[in-house]
Amino acid sequence: MAAVQETIDQVRLIDVDQYKYGFETVIEVDKAPKGLSEEIIRFISAKKQEPDWMLEWRLDAYRRWLTMEEPTWARVEYPKIDFNDLYYYAAPKSTAGPKSLEEVDPELLKVYEKLGIPLREQEILAGVETPRVAVDAVFDSVSVVTTFKKELQKAGVIFMSISEAIREHPELIKKYLGSVVPTSDNFYATLNAAVFTDGSFVFVPKGVRCPMELSTYFRINEKNTGQFERTLIIAEEGSYVSYLEGCTAPQRDENQLHAAVVELIALDDAEIKYSTVQNWYPGDAQGKGGIYNFVTKRGDCRGARSKISWTQVETGSAITWKYPSCILRGDDSRGEFYSIAVSNGYQQIDSGTKMIHLGKNTSSRIISKGISAGNSNNTYRGQVSINRRASNARNFTNCDSLLIGDQCGAHTVPYIDVKNASAQIEHEATTSKISEDQKFYVMQRGIPEEEAIALIVNGFVKDVIQQLPMEFAVEAQKLIGISLEGSVG
Amino acid sequence: MLEIKNLHARIAEDGTEIIRGLNLTVKAGEIAAIMGPNGSGKSTLSYILSGRQDYEVTEGDILYNGESILELDPAERASKGIFLAFQYPLEIPGVATMQFLKVAMNEQRKARGEAELTTPDFIRRVKDAAEKLKIDQAMLRRPLNVGFSGGEKKRAEILQMALLEPKLCILDETDSGLDIDALKIVADGVNALKSPDRATIVITHYQRLLDYIVPDTVHVLYKGQIIRSGDKALALELEENGYADIIGEAA
Repeated sequence: MAAVQETIDQVRLIDVDQYKYGFETVIEVDKAPKGLSEEIIRFISAKKQEPDWMLEWRLDAYRRWLTMEEPTWARVEYPKIDFNDLYYYAAPKSTAGPKSLEEVDPELLKVYEKLGIPLREQEILAGVETPRVAVDAVFDSVSVVTTFKKELQKAGVIFMSISEAIREHPELIKKYLGSVVPTSDNFYATLNAAVFTDGSFVFVPKGVRCPMELSTYFRINEKNTGQFERTLIIAEEGSYVSYLEGCTAPQRDENQLHAAVVELIALDDAEIKYSTVQNWYPGDAQGKGGIYNFVTKRGDCRGARSKISWTQVETGSAITWKYPSCILRGDDSRGEFYSIAVSNGYQQIDSGTKMIHLGKNTSSRIISKGISAGNSNNTYRGQVSINRRASNARNFTNCDSLLIGDQCGAHTVPYIDVKNASAQIEHEATTSKISEDQKFYVMQRGIPEEEAIALIVNGFVKDVIQQLPMEFAVEAQKLIGISLEGSVG
Repeated sequence: MLEIKNLHARIAEDGTEIIRGLNLTVKAGEIAAIMGPNGSGKSTLSYILSGRQDYEVTEGDILYNGESILELDPAERASKGIFLAFQYPLEIPGVATMQFLKVAMNEQRKARGEAELTTPDFIRRVKDAAEKLKIDQAMLRRPLNVGFSGGEKKRAEILQMALLEPKLCILDETDSGLDIDALKIVADGVNALKSPDRATIVITHYQRLLDYIVPDTVHVLYKGQIIRSGDKALALELEENGYADIIGEAA
């Protein structure tokens, strides 16, 4: 089990409570004034050289947002956020928009190098061993570079920052943006619609199997800056795409806000696989600082026999509020949700999924593994709803929670709503604790305590790790090991 | 090899004293049987020897190769060569038996400053040891002890013992839940490990196992003390007369 070994080695290299990606980069930035108003939205839109219809769309969302209330139903607690005390736009000064690699500030390239994200195509191409992954790198409010664009273009795949797509492919944006998560959807999604600054856009045309993994890497660098990214992925009839997002932020004492919206659209026979490795700064051992991660992710299986699969490994953030969902609109469509949520220290996670069965013979599968350690709280909240017309719908749900220590909490809140008698719903849930017996048994074979825990946890999450693209499975295992560092003793 | 001197130990949580002044010496090359009625402290002794934290030693010492091991945690003791075959082996979901073996073997090697095993070397060792214990390859791919029958669990314990090559083997009620065929396979596995530099402690309730693993010494444990020591004949005497006589004498 090489991966476990690597987890172990990795854990050794790092001191307790040391978040590996906590460095800050000093880079000259272009910032909007603090606070939120129509002025600021006009400022962002102008910076992005957006067409008028886009500005109107934003302003409409903003006006709506002013009438909305923050949701309070999640099992998370935090002081009230002052939305006027945030910066809504920060961009590295030298980067007015995405450019070729040669024009990118070397300081920025260094940041991504330090994070282990390959941005230099030549280097990636040279290494035969390295899997080829196209990357869109988003730094604070802007996309700094997108790799392998030309090669993807040859296959007909469009992969670019969303700001660029608004300018270059307005017809696609008009047709699809907000069609899965409408501007009125919820408090944070509406805020995002008003102020989103960048994100990725993917369009895979009819019958095309995307030739490589696509990936976006998000980094929040600036102080008091919210990151509001917007991702839109469209897979036309019979196409396939696998997409991965990763994220980190510097270690700071104050909390930072991240409110993203992701929309996926799969037409007839298309398949989208969306994986997330979320490692925002979780705060220190006393619960100070960390990212508030309030995210709306939704996929629309619009076509018959389409498939959307969400896989998430959530290890970071002070607070996570996230429910990647599937609307199973097309007949015979399928939605999947595989999740590993690890909480340690004072982290709070309230995450899960929604599977909305509208079409006939639709099926969904939910596998959720929650691991709580330290003083953290970890809630699975999921909804399976079977519409009146959705005959022969099937759902299988399995939620397992693992507790490490006795100061943490695990909660499972499933909502099941069935309006068609032919539906088949299965729900399994377990909560277990790494028992002293189990730990003693593993240690008795000569495996030290932290490694023993990493081994047991990696066994617990194995079903989900297998769903990740191979290149990232090892990374994810390492990350889980690191996140649980300091959870014993 | 092992010297237990006036050992007193209690359950950490509620302070109940289980071991009350136990003395025992086991030499290298020796097979020592520890017998005793239920509740006499047999399993507790095996846990204390392997370093389980739920117990506190309040008096006395445990010397292993002349050094006290009381301050060492279970993993440190294991890499020094102490192995406990559990009465009830624990399930480790999602971790294939093969993977578990590799991590354990390499961790012990690392602790001793030895190089990690190469994959071919590791596979060859496992294959050889598994064949001797009639363990098929399919079982090695299953998560450790998950859904194993009682007999499979005990064989998996002996497999781990064979691969980790400990110096002090402690078998806690290894015969419980085994039919006679499985018992023979397990006993053969244990006997194959007999060597002049290895000691084995066999904890058992019944003399049956000792027909297959023949002890050099037999010790009767009662209320946390060794109340009588002898050779193989003592086990037979217990089989015939039960514990009552010996307990009566001691009292």
